Amino acid sequence: MKFSKKTTLCVLTTAILWAYNVQAREQIRIVGSSTVYPFSSAVAEELGATSKVPTPVVESTGTGGGMKLFCQGDGLDTPDIVNASRRMQNKEFDLCQKNGVTNITEVMIGFDGIVFAQNKANGEFNVTKEQLLLAVAEEVPSKDGQSLVKNPYKFWHEIDPALPKREIIIYGPPKSSGTRDAFEEMVLKEQTKHMDIYSKLYEQDKEKNKAYKEYSNIRTDGIYVPSGENDNIIVQKLSKNKVAFGVFGYSFLLENQDQLNGTTVSGVAATPETISDGSYPISRSLFFYIKNTHEQEVPSLKAYVDLFMSENIIGQEGTLTEIGLIPLPDDKRASVRESVSQRTKLSRENLSQ
Amino acid sequence: MKSDPHPFADTHLRKRHRRARWFKNLTLFAIGLSISFLFYFLTDMVVKGLPAFQQTYIKVTIHYTTQSQSNPFAALDKSYRKIISRAWYRALPQQMAVNPALLNTQAEVWALADDQVDQYLKGHYHNLKPKERTLVDHLQAKGEVVLKFNALFFSHSDSKIPEFAGLKSAMVGSVLTLFITMVLAFPLGVMTAVYLEEFAIDNRWTQFIEININNLAAIPSILFGLLGLAIFINLFGLPRSSALVGGLTLALMTLPIIIVSARAALRSIPDSIRQAGYGLGLSKLQVVQDHVLPLAFPGILTGSIIGLAHAMGETAPLIIIGMIAFIPDSPDSFTQAATVMPAQIFTWAGMPERAYIEKTAAAIMVLLGVLLSFNGLAIYLRKKFAVKW
Repeated sequence: MKFSKKTTLCVLTTAILWAYNVQAREQIRIVGSSTVYPFSSAVAEELGATSKVPTPVVESTGTGGGMKLFCQGDGLDTPDIVNASRRMQNKEFDLCQKNGVTNITEVMIGFDGIVFAQNKANGEFNVTKEQLLLAVAEEVPSKDGQSLVKNPYKFWHEIDPALPKREIIIYGPPKSSGTRDAFEEMVLKEQTKHMDIYSKLYEQDKEKNKAYKEYSNIRTDGIYVPSGENDNIIVQKLSKNKVAFGVFGYSFLLENQDQLNGTTVSGVAATPETISDGSYPISRSLFFYIKNTHEQEVPSLKAYVDLFMSENIIGQEGTLTEIGLIPLPDDKRASVRESVSQRTKLSRENLSQ
Repeated sequence: MKSDPHPFADTHLRKRHRRARWFKNLTLFAIGLSISFLFYFLTDMVVKGLPAFQQTYIKVTIHYTTQSQSNPFAALDKSYRKIISRAWYRALPQQMAVNPALLNTQAEVWALADDQVDQYLKGHYHNLKPKERTLVDHLQAKGEVVLKFNALFFSHSDSKIPEFAGLKSAMVGSVLTLFITMVLAFPLGVMTAVYLEEFAIDNRWTQFIEININNLAAIPSILFGLLGLAIFINLFGLPRSSALVGGLTLALMTLPIIIVSARAALRSIPDSIRQAGYGLGLSKLQVVQDHVLPLAFPGILTGSIIGLAHAMGETAPLIIIGMIAFIPDSPDSFTQAATVMPAQIFTWAGMPERAYIEKTAAAIMVLLGVLLSFNGLAIYLRKKFAVKW
């Protein structure tokens, strides 16, 4: 007994001393979006495998969580890079400025399509963005178009007689997910912003009806089923339920072509080409942000960024396209590369462009 | 009214027996249901996971040329481009840099196959093009494609290239993290239990502590993650994602479990032992240290091992302190970034590539195996050292 207690104590002290001995940091720390995470970690792995630099640590915290960590301060105990499945928001930029993180470079790496897919047993299915809005919104315009009512639609043909008589069930991401944010933004907000009925309500009482300015509430009556952060769960559900549709990232459709069938949105199918040229309407840009001041203390940061920007990685035939990233068009890629090589400092004006 | 023929005859006997049978069947049904769930889960895991312990290799002839030094894909025949793992190609230039004598030579080796080929051979869904499929079929007929034991799974760490992904860094991380947990939670927990059970006077204050400890044992584990983030990372400035912080956080979580079980073990020691000790003139310390504690030790150990097994399977608090991350370099100190086995399972479960399904199941099998041996050890220790009064 006595002996073992003494050893424990010794070991504990050594462990703590060990902890304080380590100081400088060689390893890059990356946080942020779970959508960018697979791409970011693939590059991290490539860097670790092909050079002597230690493999960067990539954490999937979600874009919002990552921004919080990134903008916490400029010290070495904060991340060097934050991945984002949307642009940095103004309030996040301000937080960064306030905490002394002023020298940031923005890098756009490509696109991610959000697909609306179904079981392969079904035939082709086409929806417009408006039909999609009517299927998922909490409140929709009434038949006479004069007021908003609680979403009454249970079958697709009720929305539009041209659609088949098929029950509406949609498995989608839950509230905490970035995919959900993007879906709300592109399918709900973008449309309701320009729909008179929603803006009229907002005009009537700007305080009380604030939600109607850019309406983004998704129905909670069990027809839209939030299905967990893991898109594989949605894929599994669709493979069992032939009536249902799912909302998830393009790479999951790519990997499950044997079970799933993408729908066309406004007549356009999700393919790398249509997502890249913007003709597929539900796609978003992916980014990462570099903390330039860390380049001195974390020398491998430059190597990581250079590798990421290389044609072998984000090019048309690059490694990342193989795992589902939709590359930028050639000219856009060249201009991003140029801006990154000069480490163009991000300003507030850039973000509102 | 007819009087009873026998004063002790129970007219309800049949009904009582029927109710007893019914109750017995109900309990039997409960256990049957749990066993069938467990059985379903285990078979599903094993069926999905077993293929992961084998990996496809393809026999190739490497041409070490100056060209392949810069573009490794040139080292093999062009038709092999898609069926050999990118991880294998990637390693070639370094191999040549380390060993310059290889230049302008040829070698026949077994190269790691691409995950699509691997999935094809295992009869799963794959997206090989017909041309590549015929090539693989052709090579297989020649015996140049084989399934071998997947040693990579244990000697390599996480990778975004499915066929190259393994458990090593997660296993090392788990060991380091649990070491910290054990070293901290075990002595602290046992000492607390000894104090509360043997020395403390039963008053409001100790009752208050007792209620709190019991409460802590039932708190959702994610809260310990938040606590760990606030104290160890933000206040003490210890490195994020490190085994040290992970171990400390899990120690906080296991502490109440160890205290509760150690107290139960101490309480089960009959008072006659203590009284005999005092009767012989021993001091309190001597009684506790030389008699009560050694006798209670098997019980304490069992409780602690179960607490550790619990900590080993925990992921929720580790999300908050950054241990659920892509960390392919296995840590060689407590302060380096580390991940643990359940975290690895969590990460793989979310990957789009289908080859990760079998990796996930295989990792679950490994984790279950470790947990099972932990619990087995606990049972063994209890049986071996248990004292019958």
